[in-house]
Amino acid sequence: MDLLDKFDATTALRDSLPFTKADPFTVVMDEIISETEAMIGGRHTILAGTNNYMGMTFNQEAIKAAKDALDKFGTGTTGSRVLNGTYGGHKALEATIADFYGMDHCMVFSTGYQANLGLISALGGKDDYIIIDADSHASIYDGCTMSNATIVRFKHNDVAHMEKRLKRIPEGANKLLVVEGMYSMLGDAAPLKELLEVGKKYGCMTLVDEAHSMGFCGEKGRGIAEELDVEHLVDFFVGTFSKSVGTVGGFAVSNHPKFDVLRYVSRPYIFTASLPPSVVASATAAIKAISRSGNRRAHLWENARSLHAGLKKAGFNLCTETAESPIIAVHLPDPMMGTKFWEQLLMEGVYVNMAAPPATPAGMFLMRVSVCAQHTSDQINEIIKRFITTAEKVGLTLNP
Amino acid sequence: MANAQTFETICALITPLNKKNIALGPETTFAVDLELDSLTVMDLVADIEDEFDILLPLNLLPDMETIQQVVDAVEKILASE
Repeated sequence: MDLLDKFDATTALRDSLPFTKADPFTVVMDEIISETEAMIGGRHTILAGTNNYMGMTFNQEAIKAAKDALDKFGTGTTGSRVLNGTYGGHKALEATIADFYGMDHCMVFSTGYQANLGLISALGGKDDYIIIDADSHASIYDGCTMSNATIVRFKHNDVAHMEKRLKRIPEGANKLLVVEGMYSMLGDAAPLKELLEVGKKYGCMTLVDEAHSMGFCGEKGRGIAEELDVEHLVDFFVGTFSKSVGTVGGFAVSNHPKFDVLRYVSRPYIFTASLPPSVVASATAAIKAISRSGNRRAHLWENARSLHAGLKKAGFNLCTETAESPIIAVHLPDPMMGTKFWEQLLMEGVYVNMAAPPATPAGMFLMRVSVCAQHTSDQINEIIKRFITTAEKVGLTLNP
Repeated sequence: MANAQTFETICALITPLNKKNIALGPETTFAVDLELDSLTVMDLVADIEDEFDILLPLNLLPDMETIQQVVDAVEKILASE
């Protein structure tokens, strides 16, 4: 009897995957050459599996701001936001985000995971209902678990399935509808307008997580709600700095007049150290840069569309009909093929994410490719070429 | 015998998922006996919700390992309405 025995099945599954030359769970990036290239195992590799959609990790203004903050404020705050961990930079960042979203209030959290955890766990009280999409990110599920609310789940992106469940919730109960703008594994967008309109019809307050859509959706890059012109139907936006913003951290914005009380009741906000000043400074600079990055957004979408078209033409089985996001997910038939494909592709000098259950819906095995605004057209063509070479080498049948 | 009826209705929903054709009884478990993965369980939960026009909140799932536990949960919800 051992507490860790319950994970034996996981260990067995892990050991059954026939990796020989590399392992997706222990890849080390030895050197980062640029937003789109790294040295991995001595090999010059194109990065096509990051969340660096807007290529902000080497933004010159963000780097300079971070260096200045490091010199002026030191390496860390060593404290909670509600004790000694709020510096001028944290307030300036919250003001920048509130301004970016055109909303009254903003709270900055130490990670995007904690932003969802902090909002959802605080909002969902004992007699309240939280309605979530089945494919929600772990941070949403964990926020629900941490809340005291009753959790109702509907089928992924299925408006009718959601409405059926909303009808069954007792009248008069407080309801929070939580959806994501873009789902990170398949790169599929939510039918946000319909979901929010139905949610509002049943009196829900709404929370939209724009983690994988902020930066490149909408004219200013605020996300899918901006693009679909439905921001007025959203009570709370949650987002992250670890994707398009190029660093780490999370935030929530709202127009709710009582929003700031969450600073005193949200445990994931209170009981952890605040972000270091350098991270705060680079996030502030990057968000300002994103708001005026129309050209970068256009190039990112160009990259996404040409990668999708190229892989489709080559006969790969793609998860979405068109490029709905910079995430292009390729179906592989089984774990063995997935393993071999991922490993060979890395040997060819392309890094993508291997995505497997439980991170993927419906037990899917995926090569999750994500593009960056800084990828050149040549790099995109090279990725497509190396996908085809890899398929030949590992014996994956393509259906062009 | 409301209980027996509920049991029958739920078994009818499980039957298409009973790949090994094992005998279904009150103590039959979803994970071990029926070998249902979490995604299949999710679809089954949705089917049960629609059949009885109720909500089976996610919070209840950890306590529903056997068919009898689901029958009890469904009846409790129906009785409270």
